[in-house]
Amino acid sequence: MNTLILRTVAPVLTALMLLFSVFVLLRGHNEPGGGFIGGLIAASALAIYGIAFGVSAVRRAIRFHPMAIAGAGLLLAALSGLISIFAGVPFMTGLWIYPEILGVEVPVATVMSFDIGVYLVVVGAITSIALALEQEETEPAEAIGEQPLVRVKRPRKPAHKPKERG
Amino acid sequence: MAANLSALTFIVLFLPFLGAVLAPGLTRLMGDKAAWFLALAPALAFLHFCTFLGEIAAGEVVTGGYAWVPSFNLSFSWFLDGLSLTFALLITGIGTLIVVYSGGYMKGHPDQGRFLAFILLFMGAMLWLVVSDSFFMLFVYWELTSITSFLLIGFDHEREAARRAALQALVVTGGGGLCLLAGLVFLWNITGVTQLSLLVHLENGLRESPFYLATLILVLAGAFTKSAQFPFHFWLPNAMEAPTPVSAYLHSATMVKAGVYLLMRLNPVMGQTPAWEILLPFFGGITLISGTLLAIRQTDLKLMLAYTTMASLGLLVMLTGFGAAHAVEAAVLYLVAHSLFKGALFMVAGAVDHETGTRDVTRLGGLKAAMPITFAAGLLAAFSMGGLPLFFGFLAKEEIYAALAAGNPRAVFFTGLAVVGNALMFAIAFAVGLKPFIGPRVETPKQAHEGPAALWLGPVMLAALGLLGALFSGLAHQYVSSPMASAITDQKVVVEITTVPHLGLPLMLSVITMIFGALVYWRLDTARALMVRVLENLGPGPDRGFDHLVSGLIRLSGVIIRFVQPGRLEIYVTATFILLALTLLVPPLVFGELPGMPTWPEKILVQEAAFLLIALIGLIAVLRAADRLTAIVSLGIQGFAVAVIFLLFGAPDLSFTQFMVETLSVVILALVMTRLRLSPRDHRPVGQMLLDAVIAVACGLGFTLLLLKSVEAPFDNLLTDFFNAYSKTIAHGANVVNVIIVDFRGTDTLGEIAVVMITGLAVLALIRVKAGRRVAAEDKQGGRP
Repeated sequence: MNTLILRTVAPVLTALMLLFSVFVLLRGHNEPGGGFIGGLIAASALAIYGIAFGVSAVRRAIRFHPMAIAGAGLLLAALSGLISIFAGVPFMTGLWIYPEILGVEVPVATVMSFDIGVYLVVVGAITSIALALEQEETEPAEAIGEQPLVRVKRPRKPAHKPKERG
Repeated sequence: MAANLSALTFIVLFLPFLGAVLAPGLTRLMGDKAAWFLALAPALAFLHFCTFLGEIAAGEVVTGGYAWVPSFNLSFSWFLDGLSLTFALLITGIGTLIVVYSGGYMKGHPDQGRFLAFILLFMGAMLWLVVSDSFFMLFVYWELTSITSFLLIGFDHEREAARRAALQALVVTGGGGLCLLAGLVFLWNITGVTQLSLLVHLENGLRESPFYLATLILVLAGAFTKSAQFPFHFWLPNAMEAPTPVSAYLHSATMVKAGVYLLMRLNPVMGQTPAWEILLPFFGGITLISGTLLAIRQTDLKLMLAYTTMASLGLLVMLTGFGAAHAVEAAVLYLVAHSLFKGALFMVAGAVDHETGTRDVTRLGGLKAAMPITFAAGLLAAFSMGGLPLFFGFLAKEEIYAALAAGNPRAVFFTGLAVVGNALMFAIAFAVGLKPFIGPRVETPKQAHEGPAALWLGPVMLAALGLLGALFSGLAHQYVSSPMASAITDQKVVVEITTVPHLGLPLMLSVITMIFGALVYWRLDTARALMVRVLENLGPGPDRGFDHLVSGLIRLSGVIIRFVQPGRLEIYVTATFILLALTLLVPPLVFGELPGMPTWPEKILVQEAAFLLIALIGLIAVLRAADRLTAIVSLGIQGFAVAVIFLLFGAPDLSFTQFMVETLSVVILALVMTRLRLSPRDHRPVGQMLLDAVIAVACGLGFTLLLLKSVEAPFDNLLTDFFNAYSKTIAHGANVVNVIIVDFRGTDTLGEIAVVMITGLAVLALIRVKAGRRVAAEDKQGGRP
């Protein structure tokens, strides 16, 4: 799907969607939104980018392996739950502080970091599935630094062509 | 004061574990010297237990502990009486010598630290096993000894024989352990207590319970596998693959006696019944005789000792179950004597092996001059094992004969067994402790000379104790034998036997034993050849049976796997959905819980009707789609329409998520479809299509009925009200849905995102495996002209 229109719009669309996903994540506490939806939006954004420019471009753009992002998210969420234990309250109790940044009171909570963890897990897991599925359609695995299980040594074949027998 | 002492005991009981943690680091720092230092852990524990001797001898018990799971009446507690104290002293005392011996035996081995850590870990587990008050705690440590035994047998893990032996020991003793657990649960249910200390003194009608026999058999399965009773004995000789310190410690002096310990511990509550007094002597007797006969045919010093260990364990089980106070006294004396002389003999065999490079008795001789101290230890231990006067083994044997020789036919039968068994063990004792040292000097792979102090200290001390214990039998009985026998029989027992021979039937039987034994020793080669012939005619034993069992199990699981995992996606999906439809439809039909006819809403808004229509159009488009890709995209139409309907009914979060999920699932489904390389069109035959349609409609119908039924029930506002009331005040958030996700039910969410992550990993792995296989297949195809 290498249309000129998509290639032109995709970077802008992806950037906007990623920004929007962060907005949705942060407003989630009081308005419709949250980490899960935000993560889905971000994953869609990366999927669009991947459809337009190929898997390797996405992998370069996000720098880390998507599964590493998901792992970091899970760790962050678990740690956010653990902090409350050190404050002497049960696991997963939300803790809030209200620091003033530039004269504005900003509520910061372990609940928020937990939600960011959810966001990262969803982005990471879904992106990694989508990229892995897209991968072979566009280019062989070695080109983008992913270790394939078997070295590919073959001429590229059209994706949709049914197998010829006989 | 009492609390301090209790805390001290608690720390002492954990000393071996502490040693195990320190062992690898210390060995790296200090090399072989680390063993001398690590031996302090069991040595201190030994001294601490010695301070209890007086108290226990006076008939008291020492208890202590902490609450563990109070709601289940489980406590982390210990309980020391004559029985557990004697075991604790044996474990820590012999353990000290073994740690020192290991330092010499494993000198220069790259993994010496790991070895010492395993030995100390085992020591801690064994110690807790015998002092545990709660029998579930006993079980935990029981299994831990099996696991440490596995690690130690398989220590030399690069040899296949060692790995097989380790696995076999684990399977046999671990399997027995599971039976034991079931038996303990029975015991708990019948008596209502989990503490051994309470159990022992309870008049609880256990013997009258209808489940007594089941409990007994399960407990015996545990004890017999652990203590290598026939027909579960085969793992013990194979366990000789372990380094010799392990054989000396685990597989003769301590771990294999755990089963005997359990039987002795349960004797007051489960003993004195016909089943007990038939099963125990029967299996014990068979084990005794088969063990000694198998020992005769061996030429390997360690295997000879291993089979006599098996025989001795049989003798102990037989005596424990014989059902007379004298028999228990004999068991106590023999248990202590056996730990001393067998531990010493194993260490002697190990030292001989270490210094000469072989432990084949036919290739050893004349080591007397080269290894005088080892020879002295071996000879002293052999005297005790042979039961010569002035040695502890003699006391045990006299007591055995005194207990068994009661005159009735049953007693005569078992006396005969004991005489034959003891005579053969007499012959083996001297074949190990005397034969390699006398006669003409035989060339050995290594130039033999006396080993370092670490190698002879242990056997010398154990062998000397066998002599001293008999010379000062009064003291030994007062502090060890009598309290232990009292604990086993749950009444005051005073052991009185001394080393001065008394004329009478027991002495006569002793003399017969020695003459017969000496005869066998004199003609050992002939006896061995005879046994080899006999056993060859008997055919394969349970060791081979174990192999067949394991390979049969693997074949069986292969058959089952091929049945439930045929590897065709259609079959999985069909089976899943058929089951789903049945689950949804059958219960409402059977229990008459079908929902009533829904009432048509009075007023439907135009936009609602419009989106319902769009959803329907989407469905029709799916069914009529010419190729798969169109069908997938059409499915998206229906999904978006539903999302809008959610929005219309005031669920923005849900609708929002539905939009995103629909989008992504269409994208991912399309990607999957292209990867599967299905033909774009659907080529199912009509019959197949009809069947699939029926299943699909049944599932849909089932869900519809379920939802209608759920809506019929009156809505409970309790949770809604709670969340609405507290979302803002407690959790500082206005969006109730999100507050529930991240705060009220945050732990659920944590679990869910973990599942998302794992699913992602699984999908990734599947795609990669699939890709690899397809590439390989195409390469093969491409190779053809």
